[in-house]
Amino acid sequence: MFKKTYDWIDERLNVTPLWRDVADHDVPAHVNPANQMSAFIYCFGGLTFLIVVTQILSGMFLAMYYVPDLYNAYTSVQYITKEVLLGNVVRGMHFWGASLVIIMMFLHMLRVFFTGSYKAPRDLNWVVGVLIFMVVMVFGFTGYLLPWDQKAYWATAVGTNIANTVPIIGPYVRTLLVGGDTLGAVTLTRFFAIHVFFLPAALLVLLGLHFLMIRKQGIAGPL
Amino acid sequence: MGVSVSYTDKQKGLTRRQFLTYALGGTGAFMAVAAVGPLIPFAVDPLTRGTTETFSTVGTESEFNTSYPLAKDFTLKQKDGWIQVDNTYTAFIIKQQDGTYLAMSNICTHLGCAVSQQLGSDGKPTAFSNGIWFQCPCHGSQFSLTGVQTPVSPAQRPLDIFLTKVDSTGQVLVGSKKHQRTV
Ligand code: FES
Repeated sequence: MFKKTYDWIDERLNVTPLWRDVADHDVPAHVNPANQMSAFIYCFGGLTFLIVVTQILSGMFLAMYYVPDLYNAYTSVQYITKEVLLGNVVRGMHFWGASLVIIMMFLHMLRVFFTGSYKAPRDLNWVVGVLIFMVVMVFGFTGYLLPWDQKAYWATAVGTNIANTVPIIGPYVRTLLVGGDTLGAVTLTRFFAIHVFFLPAALLVLLGLHFLMIRKQGIAGPL
Repeated sequence: MGVSVSYTDKQKGLTRRQFLTYALGGTGAFMAVAAVGPLIPFAVDPLTRGTTETFSTVGTESEFNTSYPLAKDFTLKQKDGWIQVDNTYTAFIIKQQDGTYLAMSNICTHLGCAVSQQLGSDGKPTAFSNGIWFQCPCHGSQFSLTGVQTPVSPAQRPLDIFLTKVDSTGQVLVGSKKHQRTV
């Protein structure tokens, strides 16, 4: 069934070369865990991406019930956790996944560092990786506020006050982050917008570049 | 089918390539299900919620009778996600021959205006003329004592009704959901 449908489409559009180009490539022996178990460290990048995908999925579904507004944010999150079918599981996926992305990304970075894979000509890809790192940190910072509970509120109060201490531009940065001088309605909506629209767009572009470069340059040689 | 018969079809059992494809596909499918599995029930949660049926008292049994419908306002609590709303409705309530109550919504079944009653000099509802008890100000729909539209009315079905019940202390209660009648 599946094969027939695929063949039918392929006959018309010749899609096979498209994914062959992406999927068909040699895996060097030194990164293949089948040859040497310790090569599993080369999976960290892919695993990070896998968790990012589940983050995007669970986030999309959470947005079905979540409302980024002073009066409804907390209650809608409570509704998700306590009433919606498997709501605590889906929220849990997003909550624990967030930490997991950061851990895996960090391990991936350590692997790249200790295998020296960041060296030219792959240094540009390291730069993109650092940008991804920053985007993920901002994901964490903005997402932390959204449940709008005490922890969220005070963590953001502290975070924005840290921004305030930057010489000269600090107060302006804080005003921009908070959306005024009080941490409140406007802060919540802008953190939400950044978290679900701006950052995912930035992340997908950067990940695209990251993957394009690794395919173009190939995996760095063995130590 | 005929043309694609090749050497793999004649093999006994699985080829190495087939086995690897299945193993890889199976692992991928398992991981996909693990990730997406909880999301589906999460999204279809509204299907698992019935309507919240609540009732509200509109008066004692002695207040109502079989000869004219009495207009009553009542408030019903509605649970809308994480929000509790109080909705106010108006119903015309009349006792039926079998002792049950008929609670008709005052919302015209044509395009949703509020139909009105006429009060006589004694302050009790009276008919407008030959069996017309409710009139709609918007396009002139007319309804009988039991809320059935006249043939010339733009409204195409009788006034909707609310559930009713009487509790042990003789209080008449009107329930949440509006039901359509077909006549
Ligand atoms: S809305 Fe009542 S007649 Fe049209």
